Amino acid sequence: MTVEHIQIVVLTLAIGLGATVLMLPPGLALSWWLARSRSRLVPVVETAVALPLVLPPVATGYLLLRLLGRRGPLGAWLDTAGIEVIFTWKAVLVAMVVMGLPLLVRTARTGFEQNTRRFEQIAETLGAGPWRVFFTISLPLARRAVLAGLLLAFARALGEFGATIVVAGSLPGETRTIAVALYGYLETGRDADAVALALTSLAIALLAVWGSNRLVRESA
Amino acid sequence: MTAASPAALVLQIALRQGAFTMELGWSGHVSLLGLFGPSGSGKTTVLEVIAGLRHPATGRVVFGDRVLLDTAAGRWLPPRRRGVGYVPQEGALFPHLTVRDNVLYGSRRGRSRPPLDEVMTMLEIGGLVERSVAGLSGGERQRVALARALLSSPSLLLLDEPLSAVDVPRRRRIMERLTGWLARKRLPAIHVSHDASELAGADRVLVLGEGRLMAEGTPDDVL
Repeated sequence: MTVEHIQIVVLTLAIGLGATVLMLPPGLALSWWLARSRSRLVPVVETAVALPLVLPPVATGYLLLRLLGRRGPLGAWLDTAGIEVIFTWKAVLVAMVVMGLPLLVRTARTGFEQNTRRFEQIAETLGAGPWRVFFTISLPLARRAVLAGLLLAFARALGEFGATIVVAGSLPGETRTIAVALYGYLETGRDADAVALALTSLAIALLAVWGSNRLVRESA
Repeated sequence: MTAASPAALVLQIALRQGAFTMELGWSGHVSLLGLFGPSGSGKTTVLEVIAGLRHPATGRVVFGDRVLLDTAAGRWLPPRRRGVGYVPQEGALFPHLTVRDNVLYGSRRGRSRPPLDEVMTMLEIGGLVERSVAGLSGGERQRVALARALLSSPSLLLLDEPLSAVDVPRRRRIMERLTGWLARKRLPAIHVSHDASELAGADRVLVLGEGRLMAEGTPDDVL
């Protein structure tokens, strides 16, 4: 591993961690709502959340580019606030959140779908309001599934390539993540560098998936 | 404890669930009210309606000066505001909390509650306070659930076969102690059982069958 490799890995881990933290509130809200709601909107939201799993990542990246570019609906508004997203580390963050969120929601949801309604009801009779019930009963009982989902989403975020390359490019020290750098090495024939990064990715992915599976198994 | 003893209770419940229908109307004063009947007669349903865990199609439940439910007036008080301590038959202890955290879950800061030691000793579970819920027997779970409800300072206690998994001599001993304690604290309670001997201490007993009130009277009259 060279200094360059370490810099790339640290950048990827840092943005990946940030993305995972950012995913947590919407991920919890969505997975809980999907598990509990009887609304007719459930299948619609379910489909929308799952889309990034099945769309070509490059297409997701392109949609994000249109949305967040200076002339995009969200990008124009951010631009007036002086916030530039496209081709910065923030674009990497957004791409990671969008691509990781479906995995978090799908996994965490199974935790909230366990039969915990009875405990929530008893907590209510003991005087607990909805927030207290969620944070002291529902969430702790679903914690393993939530952690497993976070770990999977984190691993997915680290490996993000297709959406990132479209929306963030490959700027050294800013948007060049492991996957993006690896592609660059391959294109320019830097095989030794490619092997080093590929092995690092493999180690991180193995750890994350092993941890996630362990958590899911223990929560069952 | 704010509720006077005995406190007025109005129960009007009509509901249907699958093949089971309930049509129940009763009003009277509660200090220790027994609900007796075979399995499937609707005893648990009555408790769940009072606790706010089940929504009848039409109904009116008033306890003291509080309207807990009135479908005609569109009124439904959420369970957390009912001040009702519910002890389900299976205990339903929070599996991720210790015994101590379970029994203190409903006791809020700034509100007086009975001393922890007094309640735990009365129910013969003083030695379990630091234990995790996972290793408890069925009878221990039931008594911890009972302690949890008592320590939440309810104004009405709902007991659903609360000691059914406890061995008979101990069950009698604890029930006798609990009955005395409730009377001293002026805490009204509704006690569900399908074992007539358990309801001997009740001041009034309602006999249910297939979702209807079949008889009402003192334990000696109806059991």
